[in-house]
Amino acid sequence: MNYLATHPAEVLSLALAHLELVAIALAIAFAVALPLGIVAAGASRFSPWLIGALAALYTIPSLALLAVLVRWLGLGATPVVVALILYAQFMLVQGVVTGIRGVDPAQIDAARGLGFSERQLMVRVALPQATPVILGGVRIATVATISIATLAGYVGARSLGTLIFNGLTLHQNQMLVAGSVATALLAICADAGLRALTRLSEARLR
Amino acid sequence: MSGATIGFDDVGVRYADADGDALRGVSFDVASGEVVAIVGPSGCGKTTLLRTVNRLVEPTSGAVLIDGVDVRTMDAVALRRRVGYAIQAVGLFAHMTVAENVGIVPSLLGWPRDRIDRRVDDLLERVHLDPKRFRDRRPRKLSGGEAQRVGVARALGGEPGVLLMDEPFGAVDAIVRAALQDEVTRVVRDLGTTTLFVTHDVHEALRIADRICVMNGGRVEQLDAPAAILANPATDFVRRLFEGARA
Repeated sequence: MNYLATHPAEVLSLALAHLELVAIALAIAFAVALPLGIVAAGASRFSPWLIGALAALYTIPSLALLAVLVRWLGLGATPVVVALILYAQFMLVQGVVTGIRGVDPAQIDAARGLGFSERQLMVRVALPQATPVILGGVRIATVATISIATLAGYVGARSLGTLIFNGLTLHQNQMLVAGSVATALLAICADAGLRALTRLSEARLR
Repeated sequence: MSGATIGFDDVGVRYADADGDALRGVSFDVASGEVVAIVGPSGCGKTTLLRTVNRLVEPTSGAVLIDGVDVRTMDAVALRRRVGYAIQAVGLFAHMTVAENVGIVPSLLGWPRDRIDRRVDDLLERVHLDPKRFRDRRPRKLSGGEAQRVGVARALGGEPGVLLMDEPFGAVDAIVRAALQDEVTRVVRDLGTTTLFVTHDVHEALRIADRICVMNGGRVEQLDAPAAILANPATDFVRRLFEGARA
């Protein structure tokens, strides 16, 4: 813990870099997962294949995936962001599909019968109702992404992982611990924040 | 806004995944402002028939006409905004207030805000829900009877010429049910809305319908005024269905 106290500016700067990686990856991942999940929710034959493929992708060890991506994309933040986007798909798409499928069928029938277009039905009824479940997926994906983003330190991008890998290489345990603890704190804060947001979105439905 | 006419012209429906027809050769006309009940046992095709009017079900043969126009020639979404729709499960939108629910079709139709507000207040008053108390309430905070009233008010939101109701009073107890039947009937008669409603309850049909359409096995067994059906049941099936309701 001493390292945290003696190098607050460095840890803070790495934490911000870490958060930037996570935010960019999650924003792109969500922009991909939302339409994918909407399509999959309405296509019961296609969705098991999609979810299965994304689950398989999720089981690939992150260092192995990153090694492959680095060969394609070179060192730096890009392969890390791509890996994070790929990993997050499973949790995000699953959340969107489960959320939409869970919407009260009577509300869907009523909306269709009252003259909502399919798009209006999705935007004005299904997605607002599915929001708490979708946010649940976002929360899990965020925590996982924060943890996996430490690998950025291994391929030359700045993140809290930089402390962990430098600590390992330099046999500086305090550095390693500082990186790990800071990462865990980020994850805990993100989890708490998204939990609160999920509760708020649930309250809107009561 | 006065009621539209509805015409069923030799309507048949066959579902791809079922053997036998859900509807066969259904032909009858509903006059402007008329209230017609569709009764029959479950699986007789009454809900299917109702849903052909707003194209939630497409006939495999024959045609459904509103004011003489084949509904297949209309855009389904535009058609449904002109045809009110209320169901037993109600399906009020849980993330919207009562006022937002009742005003949803006007809002889809692009009405200005103040016209929507006036319409919502008017409809809530018609179904005996004080707008001041109920406007901002969430559906979860409503009793079963209140929710059903809001469901009917929502169905009437866009000043439809036709109202379709599928067991609209199904999920409430007998006393609330009788009050609801009377109120809703009065509302649609005041507004002159042509109303088609599905029920399995012959007492309900006798109580509020101008004419009753008795269905069995996808066919119309008899279509007549309540008194005529009681006096002259066309088939054994009709007689048995209305036995005990004769008193």
